[in-house]
Amino acid sequence: MRAVIAEDSVLLRIGLVKVLEMAGFEVVSEVGDAQALLAAVEEHRPDIAVVDVRMPPGFTDEGVRASLVIRRQWPKTAVLLLSQYVEERYAADLLSANTSGIGYLLKQRVADVEEFAETLRRVAAGGTALDPQVVSQLLVRRHRDPLDRLTPREREVLELMAGGRSNAGIAEQLVVSESAVAKHINSIFAKLDLPKAEADHRRVLAVLRFLDFA
Amino acid sequence: MDRPDLGAYRFPMHRTARLRRVIQRPFQGAGRPVAFIATGVLIQLGVLLVIALPWILFVPVSKGAILLAVLVPCAAVLAAGPLLTEVQYGRFRTRLGVGIPSPFPGRRPRLRAWLRSPAGRRQLTYHVLGGPLLALAAAFVLLMWAAAVVAVSVYVWIWLVPLDWRIDHPGYSTWGAYVTAAGIALLHAASWLSGALARLDTRTATDLLGPSRQEQLARRVEALTESRAGLVDAADAERRRIERDLHDGAQQRLVSLAVNLGVAKATLGDLPEDARRVIDEAHREAKEAIQELSSLVRGLHPAVLEDRGLDAALSGIAARAPIPVRVKVDLPSRPSPTIEAVAYFVISEALTNVVKHAEASKAEVTVERFGATVLVVVSDDGVGGAELTGGTGLAGLAKRVASVDGTLSVDSPVGGPTVMTVELPCVP
Repeated sequence: MRAVIAEDSVLLRIGLVKVLEMAGFEVVSEVGDAQALLAAVEEHRPDIAVVDVRMPPGFTDEGVRASLVIRRQWPKTAVLLLSQYVEERYAADLLSANTSGIGYLLKQRVADVEEFAETLRRVAAGGTALDPQVVSQLLVRRHRDPLDRLTPREREVLELMAGGRSNAGIAEQLVVSESAVAKHINSIFAKLDLPKAEADHRRVLAVLRFLDFA
Repeated sequence: MDRPDLGAYRFPMHRTARLRRVIQRPFQGAGRPVAFIATGVLIQLGVLLVIALPWILFVPVSKGAILLAVLVPCAAVLAAGPLLTEVQYGRFRTRLGVGIPSPFPGRRPRLRAWLRSPAGRRQLTYHVLGGPLLALAAAFVLLMWAAAVVAVSVYVWIWLVPLDWRIDHPGYSTWGAYVTAAGIALLHAASWLSGALARLDTRTATDLLGPSRQEQLARRVEALTESRAGLVDAADAERRRIERDLHDGAQQRLVSLAVNLGVAKATLGDLPEDARRVIDEAHREAKEAIQELSSLVRGLHPAVLEDRGLDAALSGIAARAPIPVRVKVDLPSRPSPTIEAVAYFVISEALTNVVKHAEASKAEVTVERFGATVLVVVSDDGVGGAELTGGTGLAGLAKRVASVDGTLSVDSPVGGPTVMTVELPCVP
């Protein structure tokens, strides 16, 4: 699989290249700003673009805007956004257009190399990955009654689910059995009045639809 | 060089020197006030000339002509009022170095506005009453100077008096001594009067030509408000700069360090157990440092605040808090960046306080606008007892709020709950 990196800090770019190569990606281009990123994606048509949110010249949300363009113009290229801070508002922008092949993580998640490599592969394959912090911000935002009806455990499961994890992943994280997770999820769907769905990222879609973003 | 002891005897030369000092003293420092009052007289003479001009040029006989000859010059002088004020300002500035601030900031006022304003009418009072009276006094003092100089120098010019007269009045040389003494007294009087007159004129002009006390205070308040706003903005800009510096510098380095340690952990499989433990430890510490630094920097001035506003920025701090925080922001439009920054800072600090001291199980933040006020309410169900006084963080918050003319109040009975209310002004 081929990847493009857009990151203005040279130091971090070197680290990213290492991690991506370890994860089995071929880094075809490294750039330092949004304009160059779009040009690189146009030229190489990579499977995934790893993009920093804050880049020159404005140092605000250039990465987010570039990602929206990429998802619209080259739908086959997945985008994984990295940032020092994650903001639910940016996540909302990203997910409002498209909920597949999108990832939005804190930069420090790159340090957990193996987990990050797995996320990369998931997003490149069309999956979704949201940083747990984004998910908890989203939950702060939405205080509808249905959410209050969830038990703390169900809330935890929902957060992990919104992060794009499989039942097995959730079970591992919470140190419970997979069947217990399935039970929680069924209960969540029931409480949120959502129909059952099969694929992992469809579940995220369902969660996000509930959160008003799909 | 040693001098012979001459006892109490004084040479006549010493007496001359002392006399010279007595005569010179009135002249010392008299130049400025005299020049000042003299220009005052000149200005008034100019005004007088304008008023008298018709009478000099022709002699009006009919009633209408007389009326015209009176009214036209008076109207001309009145119309020249603002100009006359500036001429007076110039006199004070160049002759005395006294700057009188104009009550009309910016351009010279139009005649109508000038006449209607209280400041303009005060200036007119100076031109019609104060100026002429002071000039009259000044003319008198100038005459005094002239008389004094003539009297003091009696022995210098007495020789010009025809010899016959001197022969007829043989006592004139004794009489000359009295004249000299009178001249010296007159010199001192004229010198003192010049200074006094200049001071009186300065005070009168400051009161009548300058802004009134109320106007001065109003202007001072305006200047202070402006400079304070500048300070607040500068502090904001500084906070933003620090945030940017940390983001581009230390934070990136730490992330890069953590990534490298992560790579080392993942790739170096055949390390001894000790080394692996050290790398593990370093990896964990680097990640914790990132966490700590980023919550610190997040409190400064997040980019998303500038970018998407208060509502978007608050979910970040709410999600970061270890207790559930409900956030409700209802603003029809974005307040100024300064107000947004203050609101963000206050909420961020208040939540930090809640977590640290309140032992609360949940907190709530609402931001609403009522007319020209942004109302921020942060409440928690903790133990209460928070006070504004003393060196608490709350006092610092109150100061930050006051810097933009906002108010902060805290209602926190012992046993809770605590409600902090902040009102911030904003242009709707």
